[in-house]
Order: sequence, then C-alpha cells, then structure tokens
Amino acid sequence: MSMVAIAVLALLALCLICGAILGFAAVRFRVEGDPIAEQINALLPQTQCGQCGYPGCKPYAEAIAGGDKINKCPPGGESTIQALADLLDVEPEPLDAVEGEVPPRVAYIREAECIGCTKCIQACPVDAIVGAAKQMHTVIVSECTGCDLCVEPCPVDCIDMIELGSNLQSWKWDQPLAPGQLIASDREQAA
Amino acid sequence: MTELALIMVSAILVNNFVLVQFLGLCPFMGVSKKVETAIGLSLATTFVLTLAAMCSYLLQQYVLKPLDLEFLRTISFILVIAVVVQFTEMVVNKTSPLLYRVLGIFLPLITTNCIVLGVALLNANKSEFTFITATANGFAAGLGFSLVLVLFAAMRERIAIADVPRSFQGAAIGMITAGLMSLAFMGFTGLIKL
Repeated sequence: MSMVAIAVLALLALCLICGAILGFAAVRFRVEGDPIAEQINALLPQTQCGQCGYPGCKPYAEAIAGGDKINKCPPGGESTIQALADLLDVEPEPLDAVEGEVPPRVAYIREAECIGCTKCIQACPVDAIVGAAKQMHTVIVSECTGCDLCVEPCPVDCIDMIELGSNLQSWKWDQPLAPGQLIASDREQAA
Repeated sequence: MTELALIMVSAILVNNFVLVQFLGLCPFMGVSKKVETAIGLSLATTFVLTLAAMCSYLLQQYVLKPLDLEFLRTISFILVIAVVVQFTEMVVNKTSPLLYRVLGIFLPLITTNCIVLGVALLNANKSEFTFITATANGFAAGLGFSLVLVLFAAMRERIAIADVPRSFQGAAIGMITAGLMSLAFMGFTGLIKL
C-alpha cells in the first residue's frame, strides 16, 4: 500500500515540477512577434507573388512596419492600399505599378502544347491552375490574379499572359490623374 | 576513452537503432523523400536523443532507483523527455530564430518517437553505464539514425526518378530498399563485442 502511495506521490511531484518548468518557460521565453507587422500581414492578400520585390507577403508586411511604401502590392490593388492607409494612419497612394496602369491579365495555357509537368501548378500562389501529372493543365480564369509566376517555370513555354478585354461588366472610365501626380515610369524619366 | 569509442561504433554501426534494432522506423520511412528534410530531422533527432539519454539517466539514478520505483520508468521517461524537449524548443525559439527554423517543426515530431524512449530504456537496463557513457550512447544513436536516414533519403531521391515496375512504386520500393540496407548493416555484426 505504501508502495502505491510513494509511486503516486512521486509521479505527482514529477508532473508538478514539469508543469511548473513549462509554465515558467512559457512566460519567460515568450516570443514577441511584431504586432504591427502581424496586422499588416493580415491585410495583404497572401498570394505570395513577390511583385512587391519581397519574397512573400510576410516579409513585405515587416518591411512596411519598418517604413516601406504601402503601394507595392498589385494583387491587393486599391482596396488593400486603402486598408493599409487606414491602419497606419497615412495617406493612401496610387499603386506603384512600373508601367502605369497594367490592364488586368490572366494566364492562358496552350493546352495542345502542355506536357503535364505540374510545374506551373506548384508555382501558382492562388491554386488557380488545375491538372494532374501527365494530364494537360488549365487556368481557372476567375481565380487567376495575373501574377506571372507560372510563366517562368514552364519548360515548354506554353503559358501566355493575355489581357482581359473590357466588356460591359468591367469597362470603366479612365481615372483622371491629379495634377503633379506621376506614375512610376514618368517619375523615373523625370528623375 | 576506448570504451566511449566502442560505444559510439556500436550504436552507430553494429547495433544501429534503425536498421538493426528497428526503432524509429516511422520517421525513417516518412521523412526520407528529400535529403534536405532528412538532414533537418537528423539534426533534431540527434539533439533530442542526446537530451533524452541525459535526463533519463539522471531520473533513473537519482529519483527512481532510490525510491525503488523502477516500474515507473516508461511513463516518467516520456514525461520528462517531452518536457525537456518542449522547454528547449521555447529557449531556442527565443534565443536563436535561425536554429529554430532548422529544427522547429521536427522537434515536437520526434519527441515521442519510439527511438527516443528506446534509447532511454536500453540505457536504464545497462547498470554499468555512467552519465558520460549514457550520454555518448544517446548521441551515437542519433548519429547512427542520421547516417542511415540521409543515406536512405539520397537513395530514395534517385529511386523516385528510376523506372520502377508499377506494382513496386512508392512505399513498396521504399520498404525493399530499407530491407536491403538492413541486410547490409547486418554485415557489421560481430565487429565489436560490448
């Protein structure tokens, strides 16, 4: 009987000590993430396309928290810039697209030439390409963000980026430029 | 010193924990598709095994033996090893983000594997072991695991592009390869006697 009591007590003590150590460690070694970077990251579209010049959305969020511009995210567009401006309490800026307004584009796979290597599927950050190994692939137009990332890995160069022509639903007036407000390429020429 | 060397050779080659004693086969088959991940897991396993050998020896010698509670080995070893690894993971996360990125996801994966408990229990069975030799045995078990895991992963990377008959593809050819490796390691039997 006393053996059982000793065993129970010993295990209990062991568990209490272990619990105390872990509890202490959880408080003492807590890792503080940058809370602002986390909030910025939550607003970014998480396509991990890299068009901002950073290797993904999280690094760009950290860069913004460190003082980078908020207008480098083409997939996010105006709404993301507006949300970031609200969060950080700065003026929203127009999208910093190098060739001015890029018309919306989607990837198109020439299916006759596709060899079914799945490399573009792995590259696609938004899972907009369907297909299987040795079967031809195709792009889901409504999911594609036009980020270009699938063009590079294709070994047979059968992916084109085609412009989505405007139709009755998507056509809109060109936005007038405010005086003195230049797009990126003009700024480069002016500089 | 010769004793330590013998223990190392024994645990790495002769009594290799994976291929001769058949412990830790789950990560051996599961995490061997790429050499990179295999190396990450090897590092984490070596680390955990060394730590497990150390703390289980201390627990055995200074808690369980004096209290005559050696039948509680299994449960208390699991408890202490899990806690120590978890604790180390927190400390590493705080102090060295780079190391954490290499080891991070593998540490909790390997913590409760049978190879970890196996090293602790086999150490406890050997009454002549000291703290140093027990730790060396754990470390060598980790090295042996790393050796065969990286070798196996490298082979599987080549097999993945080989023209394997349909009925042998995937896990089947992996099992056959592991079996052949185990046969090869049987050649070390009798190299040294402990």
